[in-house]
Amino acid sequence: MNEAREFVISLDRVSKSFGNKQVLRDVSFSVAPGEAICVLGRSGTGKSVTLKLMIALLRPDAGHIWIGEADITQLEGKQLSRVRRKMGFLFQGAALFDSLTLHDNLALPLRRLTDKSKREIEQIVDRVLREVRLVDDKHKMPVELSGGMKKRAGLARALVFEPHILLIDEPSSGLDRITASEIDDLLLDQKIRQRTTMVIVTHDVHGARRVGDRFAVLDHGRLVAFGKPQELANDENETVRKLVAEQ
Amino acid sequence: MKRILDFVGTVSLFSLKVIANAFRVPFEFDQIWTYVDEMGVRSLPLVASSGLALGVVMTLHTRNVLIMFGAGAMSPKLQSLSFFVEIGPLVAALLVAGRVGASIGAVLADMRATEQIDAVEALSMDSFKLLVVPRVVACVLVLPLLTMFMDFCGLIGGYLSEYNLSQLSLRLYSTRAFAGLEWSNFVPPTLKTMVFGFIIGTVSCFFGYTTNEGAEGVGRAATNSVVVSSLLCILADAILVKIIFLMFPESAV
Repeated sequence: MNEAREFVISLDRVSKSFGNKQVLRDVSFSVAPGEAICVLGRSGTGKSVTLKLMIALLRPDAGHIWIGEADITQLEGKQLSRVRRKMGFLFQGAALFDSLTLHDNLALPLRRLTDKSKREIEQIVDRVLREVRLVDDKHKMPVELSGGMKKRAGLARALVFEPHILLIDEPSSGLDRITASEIDDLLLDQKIRQRTTMVIVTHDVHGARRVGDRFAVLDHGRLVAFGKPQELANDENETVRKLVAEQ
Repeated sequence: MKRILDFVGTVSLFSLKVIANAFRVPFEFDQIWTYVDEMGVRSLPLVASSGLALGVVMTLHTRNVLIMFGAGAMSPKLQSLSFFVEIGPLVAALLVAGRVGASIGAVLADMRATEQIDAVEALSMDSFKLLVVPRVVACVLVLPLLTMFMDFCGLIGGYLSEYNLSQLSLRLYSTRAFAGLEWSNFVPPTLKTMVFGFIIGTVSCFFGYTTNEGAEGVGRAATNSVVVSSLLCILADAILVKIIFLMFPESAV
C-alpha cells in the first residue's frame, strides 16, 4: 500500500466482469506524477473500462485503485466528488451536453461547484477555450462543431478545473491525421506545461509515441506488457509487438 | 413474475431517491423553471386543443340524452363536473405522459448512450440531482396547472357547442355549470394530478436514466415511458378517487 502511495494512480489487481464476460483480470500498474501512460490493445480488451474504473464511473469486482492517497473504489458522495475534482476526463465522443452552448458546457461545473463570480467564470472559460483555439466558437451548440472541434471542446471542459490527472479515451478516433496531430499537440502541451499526469486509451500508435512515456498493453483483459515503447518493440508477445509497431 | 417484482422494487427505490433528493440542497430552481417552461408552456397548445375538442364532443353526446330525460338544463353542470372530477385530470395526465414522458425518456436515454450522464459524474456533479430531480419536480408542478387549463378549455368547448345548439348565453351557462358545485369537486381532483406528475416524471426518468442499450435503448425508453406511466396513472386514478371519496364524502356526487 505504501508503494502505491508514491504514485498518482495505482491499480492493484483490478478485475471487472459484465455478466459472464470477464473484461479485466488482475490488472496492476502505476502512474508516476507528470507521466503519460498510453493504454493499447485490441478492441474489446477493457481499455475504456480501465479508464472508467479510474474515475469510479464503474466499480471493480475486485482490487483497488489508488488516486493519490485515496482508494477511489471505496469512496462515495462528497469524498468521491473531491477526488474527481482533481481529474479530467475526455470521452471518446467528447460527451458535450448537447442542450448547452460550448461556453455553458464549460461554465456549468464552475457555476455549480465553485463560488467563483460570473466574471471569474467568464475569464476561466475564455482562457481554457483560447488554449484549445475555440474561443471564437464559444456560443455555438455542440451540433455545430466538427469532430475535431468537439474533441478540443471536450478537452477544454476536462481542463476547466485545472486537473492534476487527465484521463483520455481515444483522442484521435474518427479524426484525420492532421486533426489527430493537433489534439496530440494540445495533450503534449498540457503534459509539458502543466505536468499533468495522463492515462490515454488509444489505437493511434503514432500519437501514443509522441505523447506517451510508457505503454500498457492489454490483451483479453490481462496486462500483457508495461514499459517504454522501445522496450516493448522487442517484446516476446507478438500481439504486443504488433500493437506497438509504428504503422 | 420475478421480473415484475424486480421492476417494481427498482422503480420504488428510484422514486424514494427522487423524494429524498428533492428536499436536499441545492434545490435547482433554474433547472426546474427551465423544465416547467419546456413541459408546461409548450404543452399548452396540445392541452388547449384537446380540451376544446373534448368539451364540444361531450356536449354533443350528452345533451340529447339529458333532454330525453327532461334534464337538458343540467348539461353545463354535467360538463363542469365531468371535467373537474375526471376528464380534466386524467386526460391532461395522459397527454403529458405522451408528450413529456416520451421526451424525458428519450433525452435521458440519449444522454446515457452518448456518455453525457457519465460526463456529468466525471465533472464531480450529481447527475441524479441535476437531471432527474428537477424533471420530476417540474412534472409535479406543471400537471395541476395544465389540468386547470384543460378544465377551462373543456368548459369553453362545451359552451361553444351548447351555444351553437341552443344560443344559451355565457352568463346562464356559467351559472348552471357552477351551481351547487363544491370546492371538493375541484380542488382534490386537481391536486391528485400532482401524483400523476410524480408518476410520469419518475417512470420516464427511470427508463431514460437507467437504460444501458445504446441508441436502441433511446426508442425503447421513450415507448416504455409513455406506456408504463399512462398505465400507472390510470391505476393510481382508481385508488385516488377512492381516497378522495373517503376524505371528502360530499364530493361523491
